[in-house]
Amino acid sequence: MQRGQEVFAYWCAPCHGAGPRNPGTIALEVRYKGLKPAALEERTDLVPELTRMFVRNGLSIMPPFRKTEISDADLAALAAYLAPANNSSLQ
Amino acid sequence: MTLPPGMSQRDFSAALRQFETAVGKEWVFSAPEDVALYRDAYSPFWDEEEERTASAAVAPDTVEQVQSVMRIANEHRIPIYPISTGRNLAYGGAAPVLSGSVVLDLKRMNRVLEVSEENAYALVEPGVSYFDLYRDIQDRGLKLMIDVPTPGWGSLIGNALDHGAGVTPMRDHWSTQCGMEVVLANGEVLRTGTGAMPNAKTWQQYKYGIGPYIDGIFSQSNFGVITKMGFWLLPEPEVVRALRVTAPRHDDVIKMVEIMSNLTYSGVIDSQFTLASPVLNGPRDAELEALAARPGGGTREEWDRYAESKDRPFWSARFTFYGPQPVVDARWEYARQRYSTIPGVQFEDGPTYRFPMSREQREQAPDKGMLGIPSLSNFTGRTPATPEVADGHMDFSVIVPMTGHDVLAALKVIGRDFAAAGVGARMGTISSFHLRTFILISSFPTMRADREFNRRVRAAYERAVKVTADNGWGQYRSHAAFMDLAVSKYSFNDDALSRFHATLKDAVDPNGILSAGRYGIWPRDMRGST
Repeated sequence: MQRGQEVFAYWCAPCHGAGPRNPGTIALEVRYKGLKPAALEERTDLVPELTRMFVRNGLSIMPPFRKTEISDADLAALAAYLAPANNSSLQ
Repeated sequence: MTLPPGMSQRDFSAALRQFETAVGKEWVFSAPEDVALYRDAYSPFWDEEEERTASAAVAPDTVEQVQSVMRIANEHRIPIYPISTGRNLAYGGAAPVLSGSVVLDLKRMNRVLEVSEENAYALVEPGVSYFDLYRDIQDRGLKLMIDVPTPGWGSLIGNALDHGAGVTPMRDHWSTQCGMEVVLANGEVLRTGTGAMPNAKTWQQYKYGIGPYIDGIFSQSNFGVITKMGFWLLPEPEVVRALRVTAPRHDDVIKMVEIMSNLTYSGVIDSQFTLASPVLNGPRDAELEALAARPGGGTREEWDRYAESKDRPFWSARFTFYGPQPVVDARWEYARQRYSTIPGVQFEDGPTYRFPMSREQREQAPDKGMLGIPSLSNFTGRTPATPEVADGHMDFSVIVPMTGHDVLAALKVIGRDFAAAGVGARMGTISSFHLRTFILISSFPTMRADREFNRRVRAAYERAVKVTADNGWGQYRSHAAFMDLAVSKYSFNDDALSRFHATLKDAVDPNGILSAGRYGIWPRDMRGST
């Protein structure tokens, strides 16, 4: 979990961290209108396949991340970190 | 699967195996899903045949590996396209200019090699992002400020090589570059400046070395692979203090720019200022559209009346001062006095930031760029104000002389051209991004699922290049899909500049393997056919 949290902090948090001025979180707030948490670490439905898809494909202005940035191993750790089993305690 | 132009699958596979020997099998990417990661995420040709795509990617970790890759590429005549962090998203991203090129992904070379607090410089590898260097400096407790462009995930080296900039006194990144190490197309390693003197200790202190100063030929070009670059840094200042100035009338821009340019040339103002029109760039209503749409635009009186009716100043500029408190206060005060000669001018102080800043203060600061703190907070997509957004964008950036008349002309010509294009191109602010001129950066949207829209955007972008060039406003930096066009406008004396570039290209990269087509510089056998 620690590796996943490190990957998130380095690669994802500048856009998807909780709090104001994070453009990914702002965008998801507009998109979900409160139906889901806008900050990714608070989501309870991010199954690993979904995380992998977004990281390797991007969406809207989010570009994909290469393997020299987030390796397959790091991506697996990130996906596990964001997965429901890990976050169910946050409900 | 894309192949290098004119190459058989068999020959390419043989070359890939040699790349694998050089860098390790796991760092050669040829499977379709891996190569797809090197697409231009904001491509104006998304999913079309003309989309520029790589054939493979190779990711070395050391200079020796880069040298091996270059030798293999030369042997097989494989076009290579180096990227550093590959985040030049507004200008073509990680995708090559020539389809079928092998991307040389330098992200793994991400070491901060040296940071000297005493001599205020850093030496970095291409994969080092602004986030990386900032973190390194903060972790070590060094009293140094870095200059950051809008998104912090870019490479210091990549950004400088493309003439990018930020906002502090060190904002012209190329001008703060001091000393570099280059792997040439033939695999040889070259060091520039005093780095060419093996026992010199001034590589990051004196740029010019001796003889011809060649560093520039490696920027916005394809003459070598940069593996190390030095940067001058600003000692962390005592304070950073901003001054906002507004002026009420349309014609005030003349005096405003005259003062700001004089203060810049005199060194009183030494950081980036943006000049915006809360009227022309503000909310657009029917009256504004009508005035803007008229052949000559509105008259001075009509504009002034409109501005007054909206209770908005016509012009707004912000200046930021860095340094010791008494020096900053003196410059701030002097600037204020000079602007006071404009009737109706108004001032707003601050914010003022004091160093050292705590970690929390740094995290809470609303304008991080001003303080040399990298972030992505200006990299906005959907916001409450803009709930529908494009999938990507292309930047369109022109050089406008630093006078009020030129500002007015540029806003009018470009505004009208964008409105006529009807693709939602957004005009940005005018700024002294580069030191003694204005740069106007605008943005064209791209959509992944709408080819017809992208076709119109491409046509509009091309027309904008032509219209601005007709007015003497050249591009300072070009999107990968429009490089030939941008460079063609620098045509003095039968394209003497382009012909000179070609001469250099043939000399330093005779097989034309490096970044074919970048900034219009093509290998000999591809010239004229583009």
